[in-house]
Amino acid sequence: MNSSRVTQNGLVDTRPGREAPPGSGRPTGSASAERSRGGRRRRPIEQPRSYYGLPVLNSPVWESREIAGYFFLGGMAGASSVVAAVAQRSGRDSVVKPAKLAAAGGAMLSLVALVTDLGRPTRALNMLRVFKPTSPMSVGTWLLSGYAPAAIVAAATETTGLYPAVGMAASAAAAALGPAVASYTAALICDTAVPAWHDGRHEMPFVFVSSAASAAAGVGLLAASDADEAPLRRLAIGAAAAELATDRLMERRMDPVVAKAYHEGKAGTLLRAARVLTALGAVGAAAGRNNRQLRIASGAALLAASACTRFGVFHAGMASAEDPAATVEPQRARVSAGSAVGN
Amino acid sequence: MAVDVGIQGAMQDPAAVSGWLDHPPRMGFFTDTSVCIGCKACEVACKEWNQVPEDGLNLTGMSFDNTSGLGADTWRHVAFIERPEAGSDHGFRWLMSSDVCKHCTEAACLDVCPTGAIFRTEFGTVVVQEDVCNGCGYCVPACPYGVLDKREDDGRIFKCTLCYDRLGAGQEPACAKACPTDSIQFGPLDELRDRAQGKLDQLVEAGVTGARLYGQDPSDGVGGAGAFFLLLDEPEVYGLPPDPVVTTRHLGEMWRAVAVAAVGLAMAVGGAFIGGQR
Ligand code: SF4
Ligand code: SF4
Repeated sequence: MNSSRVTQNGLVDTRPGREAPPGSGRPTGSASAERSRGGRRRRPIEQPRSYYGLPVLNSPVWESREIAGYFFLGGMAGASSVVAAVAQRSGRDSVVKPAKLAAAGGAMLSLVALVTDLGRPTRALNMLRVFKPTSPMSVGTWLLSGYAPAAIVAAATETTGLYPAVGMAASAAAAALGPAVASYTAALICDTAVPAWHDGRHEMPFVFVSSAASAAAGVGLLAASDADEAPLRRLAIGAAAAELATDRLMERRMDPVVAKAYHEGKAGTLLRAARVLTALGAVGAAAGRNNRQLRIASGAALLAASACTRFGVFHAGMASAEDPAATVEPQRARVSAGSAVGN
Repeated sequence: MAVDVGIQGAMQDPAAVSGWLDHPPRMGFFTDTSVCIGCKACEVACKEWNQVPEDGLNLTGMSFDNTSGLGADTWRHVAFIERPEAGSDHGFRWLMSSDVCKHCTEAACLDVCPTGAIFRTEFGTVVVQEDVCNGCGYCVPACPYGVLDKREDDGRIFKCTLCYDRLGAGQEPACAKACPTDSIQFGPLDELRDRAQGKLDQLVEAGVTGARLYGQDPSDGVGGAGAFFLLLDEPEVYGLPPDPVVTTRHLGEMWRAVAVAAVGLAMAVGGAFIGGQR
């Protein structure tokens, strides 16, 4: 057994020879000692990239249905609140109520999804013990605590016609917080060690708001009358273009070892589907000026595209967390280039 | 409600930054893998003392390692690596290393925890409070070393506490106590860093190739680890990231991008509605 004691004041009663370096006990002059000391016969052997090919990181424990689903719903809701408020101001009446209902529905489902995904759902309110700007989840919880009630009150007053003044205030509050709700989720996933998320941190917020805007445009197109469709058409086309461009930019700027997660497997399939649906939705919106049917189809395509983007980004993160090369290789490259943070 | 601004930037007295006014010296581990014999006494002692549940009786086929890696129910993990090596006694070189939570100076898990369940102790260590954690899981992917994980049948997250309870009673952690070779050394971090440097110098002088310290440098990506290592090969060989950086170092950029994107969204919607009738 260990004869020395390690105390808070350091080591006491150390055994003699405990500092003996490996190899020092070997008879001097023997071939093996020579080799291990001089290292002459060592030849470089291919460096394994990880420990038995296991991931370096522990993968997120989030469920895709709840968390990627929340990214979609929260984004759709946040952007819809803005659409509702602006539509109300500019008299696009056919859009106002559906947008408010979509926002309220999205907000409520978001809360349910978030609480369900907790390991201890009964402790959900522990989130309100602290406010931590270093934790996007904490910031987001406080945002949602303001946003969700506002969106719900806005929809309820719009539907019932009760308390119009309260309704106006609530829609204004929801519209003010909506963009933050739609975008902070990007910081939430990028503020992790997951390479495919962290390395996309400069573009991810733009990918997310574009996806949110196209979802909200989708909701609007589902509802808009012929007279009110023009702004939604413009929003749909703009959002689709932004989504296609930012998503490309993000993948291009990443180390290829990391970006791989966006091209392969489930994430690759989802993101390809998202691109096709986005393009179809934008074309449909452009062509649907006088065609309600076509607008409904393109609205649905845009909503589906937005969901595919969020699930795709989510699964890319999961795949990259499980890929030791995505973690190790960029770091190893920094070390080899002498630009490691530790240098 | 308390406002917890968390911790960022280089700092060498994390306990003081976290509000401990009069605190003991920062304590940590120095794991000297050059003397590890792979007995797993640390794993066992940790399980016993901390009442960590059994996590599967698996045969992984990975040398003598049947616990695979750190997680909710493995807080010390002994890695076994057989590196083929021409000219060595058995045709391979056997590396063993007992891995553990690094108790980072800048701890991502602590920064991102939205409930304040993870806190900095007076010893400068990082501990999850079981009675506060709600299992949101944010800390799991935030840790650049893959330390924390969720205990599935419990829902909460668990990791090494550096035996906070034992430290409070003036005892050393269970793993260090049990380690028969002093491969795991516990003590004030300053002293451990000196001792590790001395040991490294010795090994270099003795011609041991590949010896290096890992995590001892306060200027590294996590501000220096409270639990650091002497390794005999590249970190990734042991399953450790070669140049980890605490994710919250980049959080400022992320918040800025989020703000620009949010304003952009509001303007895009506004613009779509204002821009012309048809
Ligand atoms: S190693 Fe991981 S779990 Fe341990 S303190 Fe650092 S970030 Fe937290
Ligand atoms: S899972 Fe628990 S310890 Fe981890 S971030 Fe969430 S509340 Fe904090």
